[in-house]
Amino acid sequence: MNKEIIKIKDLKREFTMGNEIVHALRGISFTINEGEFVTIMGSSGSGKSTLLNILGCLDQPTSGTYEIDSVKVKDLSRNELATIRNEKIGFIFQSYNLLARTSALENVELPLLYNSKVSTDERKQRAIKALEMVGLADRMDHTPSQLSGGQQQRVAIARSLVNNPVMILADEATGNLDTRTSYEIMSLFQELNEKGITITFVTHEPDIATFSSRTVVLKDGNIIKDYMNSDIQSAATELALLPVEDH
Amino acid sequence: MRLLNLFKIAFKAIVLNKVRTLLTMLGIIIGVAAVIAMLAIGEGSKESIRSTISSMGSNMITVRPGEDTHGGVRQEASAMQSLTLKDYNAVKNKSTLLSYSTPLVNGGGQVINGSNNWPSTIFGVNPEYLNIKVVGLQSGSMFTDAEVQSASKVVLLGQTVVDNIFPDGEDPIGKLIRFNSIPFKVIGVLEEKGENTFGQDQDDVVIAPFTTVQKRILAIDYLNQILASAISEEDAPDAVTEVTEILRAQHKLADGEDDDFHVRSMEELISTFSSTSEMLTILLVAVAGISLLIGGIGIMNIMYVSVKERTKEIGLRMAVGGKGSDILMQFLIEAILISITGGLLGVILGLGSTIFIEKFLHWPTSVALYSIIISFAVCAITGIFFGWYPARKAAALDPITALRYE
Repeated sequence: MNKEIIKIKDLKREFTMGNEIVHALRGISFTINEGEFVTIMGSSGSGKSTLLNILGCLDQPTSGTYEIDSVKVKDLSRNELATIRNEKIGFIFQSYNLLARTSALENVELPLLYNSKVSTDERKQRAIKALEMVGLADRMDHTPSQLSGGQQQRVAIARSLVNNPVMILADEATGNLDTRTSYEIMSLFQELNEKGITITFVTHEPDIATFSSRTVVLKDGNIIKDYMNSDIQSAATELALLPVEDH
Repeated sequence: MRLLNLFKIAFKAIVLNKVRTLLTMLGIIIGVAAVIAMLAIGEGSKESIRSTISSMGSNMITVRPGEDTHGGVRQEASAMQSLTLKDYNAVKNKSTLLSYSTPLVNGGGQVINGSNNWPSTIFGVNPEYLNIKVVGLQSGSMFTDAEVQSASKVVLLGQTVVDNIFPDGEDPIGKLIRFNSIPFKVIGVLEEKGENTFGQDQDDVVIAPFTTVQKRILAIDYLNQILASAISEEDAPDAVTEVTEILRAQHKLADGEDDDFHVRSMEELISTFSSTSEMLTILLVAVAGISLLIGGIGIMNIMYVSVKERTKEIGLRMAVGGKGSDILMQFLIEAILISITGGLLGVILGLGSTIFIEKFLHWPTSVALYSIIISFAVCAITGIFFGWYPARKAAALDPITALRYE
């Protein structure tokens, strides 16, 4: 335990918009340890998307250092960043981003297609295992259009797990789902977290934060709050408390 | 990333868009099919011309009298009387590159047998004529040199003439017929040759000793032509030069003076006709090539749309670890697969339509292997060339922008 997965120090990110320089991140520092479930909160314009892009190795900071799993990300080339994303990070998006007309299994296999170390057989085995972990063992041949929103997000979660990443990076992963389904998904995240998977969850919904072990709040490019959650709610319990829907 | 995986991805994208892919391919399919069919037609007609001319005797050399002016009036070549038997004898005796030669006089007239008659052309020649023209006999025999000497009234008939004046299928050998008013004894029937490429019926002929035709029918003392054959096809051009020199000496032409006769070999005729059909082939291929180019532009268009449409997918692929080169290869392979599949279908369609043309339109065709190879190679190159730009565009996308693209 306590292995540092993410270590950022004095991270700054500036964008030039015409003559103006926009400071999206104004020098933030924090570390995320293995096994943590961190929510990054903030209203729009707080810099959380920028932070997410940098954490996801999709973008480079203007200054400061960023280490993921002891690898310094700064000054890596586009291709090296792609390899890091492939091997160390599992992405989950708000709109699922599944390939249309492609089976759940093939969608989950996708990240491994870009890893030449994984054979065809192993790829399939790992994808099946990941789908079993998210409770979709019986839906492997379904295409996204044959799945509900919650199921699609489960496929996306399985896809993020398949490459055994050091961290799962979720971007408003429950944003497109109703309360019941989003609690189901949060409960799945909590299950995965209990198995030791590090999760970083970017959201603007305060109730999501109550399910995580730690919350980082951003405002105008600065961290204004970073606290451990002493009273972690169980999403499964909350789910049971929801009124039964009438159909 | 292994190439095989990229192939799988590209193949899947094609299969998922069957109709669109097929429509994209259409340009390439038609282009390739057109190139192959057009070249097949071009090659076919060239070959048929060559074979027709060869069947007329590819070593053959023809000497005709040249144009001349009589008091400022240009005369038709056949009216010229500048070619004589003396010229023929000079050519025959002095040349070293000729294997056979014959004087030739010809005239039209009516062939009559009882109540049947038929308009035809009588050729007055010597026995070597058959060797020069490469014609055999169906029945009977050729007249002899002695019969030429004595200007015997004997003829050989072509099949068309036989069919028309012996409609009941009688054996014409030994029968007496008349050409105009002069009676002849039929001593042979020529082998059937059919029509030549120019549509002439080669069987509509009557052959007799040239002495007989010259004196008894035409009443002339000059020759219409001298026919000869070179020892071999390769010798033909030299033989032409040789015959020209002999005749110039014979006609006492000074150095600067133009020939008053024409010497032609079949080779020249072949190349004249070949160059015409070659022009045509080039034109046809150019048209076909343009349709191939348009097909290529079609691929580029669809690939461009495909990249635009799949921006989000590209973003996702990059996010989960796809490198720029992976994305580039994916789209490039897709373009190449489309163009090569299109090329393959085009080859099949091209061969099919060639067979159709041969079978139902009865045009001579000949499929050249090189046309298949070239059009196929052009297809692959088209795929790379026109797939490159959209693929590079896809590879250069910024993953963040691509992921957020709606």
